[in-house]
Amino acid sequence: MKLKAALLAGAVLLAAGTAAQAETLRFAFQGQVSSLDPHSLNETFTLGYQGNIYEGLISRGPNLEIEPALATSWELMEPTRWRFHLREGVTFHNGNPFTADDVVFSYERAISEGSDVRTKVGGITEVVAVDDYTVDFITESPNPIIMAEWETWYIMDREWCEEHGATGVTNVADPDAENYANLHANGTGPFMVTVREPGVRTVAVPFADWWGEPQHNLTEVVFTPIAEDATRVAALLAGDVDMAYPIPLQDIERVEDNDGTRALTGPELRTIFLGLDQARDELLYSSVEGTNPFQDRRVRLAFYQAIDMNAIQQVVMRGQSTPSAAMVAPGINGFPEELERYPYDPEAARALLAEAGYPEGFSVRLNCPNDRYVNDEDICIAVTNMLGQVGIDVELMAETKSIYFGRILAQGGYDTSFYLLGWTPGSFDSYNVLYNLVHTRNEDGAGTFNNGGYSNPEVDALTAQILSETDQDARAAMIAEAWQMLHDDVGYIPLHQQALAWGVSDNVELIQRADNEFVWNWVTINQ
Amino acid sequence: MAAFIVRRLIQATLVMLVVALIAFLLFNYVGDPINNMVGQDTTAVEREALREQLGLNDPFYIQFGRFVEHILEGNFGRSYRQSRPVEDMIADYLPATLELAVVSAILALVFGVAMGVYTALRRYSAFSQVLMTVSLIGVSLPTFLIGIILIQVFAVELHWLPPQGRVGGEDDLVRLGWWTTGLLSLEGWRRIILPAITLGMFQMTLIMRLVRAEMLEVLRTDFIKFARARGLTDRAVHFGHALRNTMVPVITITGLQFGTIIAFAIITERVFNWPGVGQMFLDAVIHVDIPVMAAYLVLIAMVFVVVNLAVDILYFVVDPRLRVERSTTGH
Repeated sequence: MKLKAALLAGAVLLAAGTAAQAETLRFAFQGQVSSLDPHSLNETFTLGYQGNIYEGLISRGPNLEIEPALATSWELMEPTRWRFHLREGVTFHNGNPFTADDVVFSYERAISEGSDVRTKVGGITEVVAVDDYTVDFITESPNPIIMAEWETWYIMDREWCEEHGATGVTNVADPDAENYANLHANGTGPFMVTVREPGVRTVAVPFADWWGEPQHNLTEVVFTPIAEDATRVAALLAGDVDMAYPIPLQDIERVEDNDGTRALTGPELRTIFLGLDQARDELLYSSVEGTNPFQDRRVRLAFYQAIDMNAIQQVVMRGQSTPSAAMVAPGINGFPEELERYPYDPEAARALLAEAGYPEGFSVRLNCPNDRYVNDEDICIAVTNMLGQVGIDVELMAETKSIYFGRILAQGGYDTSFYLLGWTPGSFDSYNVLYNLVHTRNEDGAGTFNNGGYSNPEVDALTAQILSETDQDARAAMIAEAWQMLHDDVGYIPLHQQALAWGVSDNVELIQRADNEFVWNWVTINQ
Repeated sequence: MAAFIVRRLIQATLVMLVVALIAFLLFNYVGDPINNMVGQDTTAVEREALREQLGLNDPFYIQFGRFVEHILEGNFGRSYRQSRPVEDMIADYLPATLELAVVSAILALVFGVAMGVYTALRRYSAFSQVLMTVSLIGVSLPTFLIGIILIQVFAVELHWLPPQGRVGGEDDLVRLGWWTTGLLSLEGWRRIILPAITLGMFQMTLIMRLVRAEMLEVLRTDFIKFARARGLTDRAVHFGHALRNTMVPVITITGLQFGTIIAFAIITERVFNWPGVGQMFLDAVIHVDIPVMAAYLVLIAMVFVVVNLAVDILYFVVDPRLRVERSTTGH
């Protein structure tokens, strides 16, 4: 055994010159890993990075299918009691064993003050450790998709958190507390963080005692944030990083043409859409007085049919988008495949407007972010011009996201008449969208992001049923019905799913997942 | 002298207070930080609670008063984005900016003076004409463009130098206590060259033109003629007399420009992904990280004030006439 080890060490030394370096994955993203604390920020990139270090009870496969992770199986004991069986023999990076107690602790931490992942474990009244490897979750009402967001509800070690005073979530509002978990990590995942320099680089290495079978051949993963698009692309082209994302649409060709790099594109799960204020009796920003034209379905349909999605796809998005008739993307549970967009037809739009009493059209303000989604402002400019063709005089107001969201969301009092927004359901399930964007706004928090105030009691009733229906087929039928009603009402104008664009060095093999999360376990570097 | 410095320090404090005040006035227009601190699913009630905890609902003068009070206690607050004390962040990012600024200032000074002297002495040579033309480009091209061009040519096409700076690996950075330096390794130098040239380009051309103009002026004066008449060598005349007498304005400009270099490093740092305070500031603006923005602006104001003070003191040292004048007017 010793001889074998010595021979191996010799071989490794000989190969060290090239091989050791080749198995370092260097990648760049436009933003930073905000925190290593897995409960502090519900943001795709930060959670995605942490997902290589920490794990949830479940994980998601290459096509987002639910797979066992820290839990090996689960069953519904009674309508409001889920039982999860935990994986045995799992250890955290510090060597502590993983048990049911850690799950209970992680739940408590995730719902504590300052946590931003509360919604992922919402509707649960109690978490009970039955024995060391069995946990029961008791819910307020039946919840068939309780685990839908749990691949990003990460499990932490109770002992480690207690030892380092990190039982609370990193909380900015508390100026005295410096949270240990903000700069240090101790998960059960395939990688562990060795160097954390926020804003400069974060380095991770494989965790030798990981319970799973590593599919990667990496020895080190170095992450650098590169905010400037041109520099990020240049770093990839010059070989300073092995993988970089996002790649701006106009640079995809350059990355493709360059020797040694390629671009990977695919539809993202986020749907971009236009919303219309249907709640107020008079629009805040419009030439129409005394009445709200958007309460008339004909006007909403006219707006819909005046927009040429093919032109937006070809010109604005350079082919990198998928026009959508639905408010959810393919890949989201309950995506209504059969739904078709109302055809682009400016003549029909003009006729509809005339019929509704606006033969001369009217003016309205369109609120738009200019740094949030891919080419968001350009999309709005195109929409402005297209609506102009049918007599609608659109005043475009494009702003930076911090100001924009403060204006059009609840805290700004929904200060808009017509707006552009994008949404990815965190649970990858239609219910999330129906509840947040489609349901009538109420005090319980339903419809918080229904900025236009669309309201249809039948859809609301269906949404409530969808939440608690445990029969999957019946549930799917209800989701389809709800989407059809929204489509018939023209409650929103869905536009498209934008494309993901990753730039990858030719000697790197990886899997691009539609939720834009980068899983290092699926990366191999070839020589 | 001591009274002068004390007076300047009082002025400096006032300047920094005013900068902080203006900054706080502006923060009302940069947007809502809350959206950057929570995910899309966070409820309106939770958002409001966080806003209340952070004191964002208070009128700006109360927020400003709190900020000043905390600074006096040596507390710059915590970054909304990174949840770390701002002073820790500045300590992390400042070495990168200072190294970049010093290297580019030295580059600008050395090459600027050398080229200035050369173009003044050999006014009509072809090489001088080339230098003058190139320097025009240096003054007129925006930093951003110079950076992108350098990256494209030397990193992407030629593969000579890396496209981004200071990645912080073991092969480029060396730790000296809390200071990290990239100047003690080959890789570190490879990574600083392009950004330093980009950042120093404008200053270099400025110094070159200044030195040239001053040299031409001085070379026409009587004492140079007398020096030549005394039979001194060209070398002694040019460097011992002419160049020395052009140094006062050059020192002023270089000193004042050093503050500018640090402040304008923002663009260069962004283009080369240089992890300095400029990047920190831009990131803070994007995420409406008010404590970081406020601390950065006060820091930059302080740099300008300190540099100005240093330049004033240098005057005393370099030019004896100023010393006499100031002390007699007693102002």
